[in-house]
Amino acid sequence: MIAHRSLGQIFAAPLVIAILSTLGLISALVGDGWWDAVSWAALGLPVLLYIAFVWRRRPN
Amino acid sequence: MLVTTLQAGHDAADDQTIQAIQLIATTTSLRRWGAVHKWTSLICTLFMLLLCITGLPLIFHEQIDELLHDQVKPAEVPAGTPRANLDQVLANAMAQQPGKVPHFLIWDRDDPNAMFVSVGPTIDADPTNNLLVRMDTHTGAYLDAPDFTRRFTFIMLKLHTDMFAGLPGKLFLGLMGILFCVAIISGIVVYAPSMRKLRFGTYRGHRTRVVRWLDVHNLAGILLVAWTLVVGFTGVINTWADLVLKMWQFGQLAEMTAQYRDRLVPAKLASLNAAVEVASQAMPGMTPSFVAFPGTTFSSKSHYAVFMHGDTPLTSRLLKPALIDAETGKLTDSRDMPWYVLTLFVSQPLHFGDYGGMPLKIVWALLDVLTIFVLVTGLYLWWRRRKAGVSQERAIANAAAIDNPLSDRRDAAE
Repeated sequence: MIAHRSLGQIFAAPLVIAILSTLGLISALVGDGWWDAVSWAALGLPVLLYIAFVWRRRPN
Repeated sequence: MLVTTLQAGHDAADDQTIQAIQLIATTTSLRRWGAVHKWTSLICTLFMLLLCITGLPLIFHEQIDELLHDQVKPAEVPAGTPRANLDQVLANAMAQQPGKVPHFLIWDRDDPNAMFVSVGPTIDADPTNNLLVRMDTHTGAYLDAPDFTRRFTFIMLKLHTDMFAGLPGKLFLGLMGILFCVAIISGIVVYAPSMRKLRFGTYRGHRTRVVRWLDVHNLAGILLVAWTLVVGFTGVINTWADLVLKMWQFGQLAEMTAQYRDRLVPAKLASLNAAVEVASQAMPGMTPSFVAFPGTTFSSKSHYAVFMHGDTPLTSRLLKPALIDAETGKLTDSRDMPWYVLTLFVSQPLHFGDYGGMPLKIVWALLDVLTIFVLVTGLYLWWRRRKAGVSQERAIANAAAIDNPLSDRRDAAE
């Protein structure tokens, strides 16, 4: 158990992920090639994070 | 000294009172958000499950169609082979469909070697019942006229867009989409109390199912916020497509063709091939997407409406019409679509996920599966709390839910 977290602490990571997802959604619309790759990485990140967190079965 | 100490004690007491009031206010407000989250989710969840499940195969509709249905392949031609004359393509298509009339000529987005002629029994028949005649772009030869309406992907598409209930079905699903967006936003708010004592990404794998699924719900829900909001809201916009196109027909299109309003469909139409050439010359750098024949919903009675698109992932979705007088073959008008149609065009790729190649489609599918997890775990949490006789709003708003998602403040106090 850890101490109470502030709203800033709670929403810092989700905010970064939301911004990256938005960039990913726009990126593939702008161009092909690298623009597509940015999109795959940015939108693939939430999926990878989900798998990583659940895989670790972290007790806390 | 004593006075200052007393004063300080007094201030501390005041601060405590203020803090307590703030806490109550926050808890009341959170409980309200909890209620919003519960009700919007409950109403839309089953429909969202339907949409997520039917949407999954739709992401890969081309691959599934290719796998399930044999199609006549267009001729293999070397790059740079000139395209067949469109009047010839049209004549060949209509020879296969005697007694019917062409409504639209459509270039296949996915296969540059094929195109479609959409035909109906009469020019004013409902085009949604049209037959699509597939033609070879280069030889102009007839390929086939498959019945799309019996395909698996078509059934999925109908379930996904209107549940076989037409416009009311679409608008209803749009309403469910709006509730889904409200559920996501209220979900962000109630995520905070739930995570007050937990690190980001917490998954308590050794705990009971209700704790584990609460963690999955919170984790997947917050990771997917941006994507679910965008796909949800662009889906809502898509449910308004019919209305948006009606607005365009009675707005800009009616304006562009006002002086032709009382004319009849010409007895003999000018060359289709020449009309498309005129449109292409008027819009250099753009490619034809489809042609609406005179008398159809997307044109006037006296025009070919040639819809052109650009060549980047975004501009290839933005159609721009050129109106060609079907008697003289001359360009009469061409304007950019109004903002509400452009919004619809931009919202389509963002909903379909078909604008970044196969890897983006796979990511789209994985995100869709995670959304299903969020829906199912949310439904389960509601059902378990209900069974345990716990106030949902309190459990959602209460920090005590961290340790036991089935508890609320009353239990915690006891």
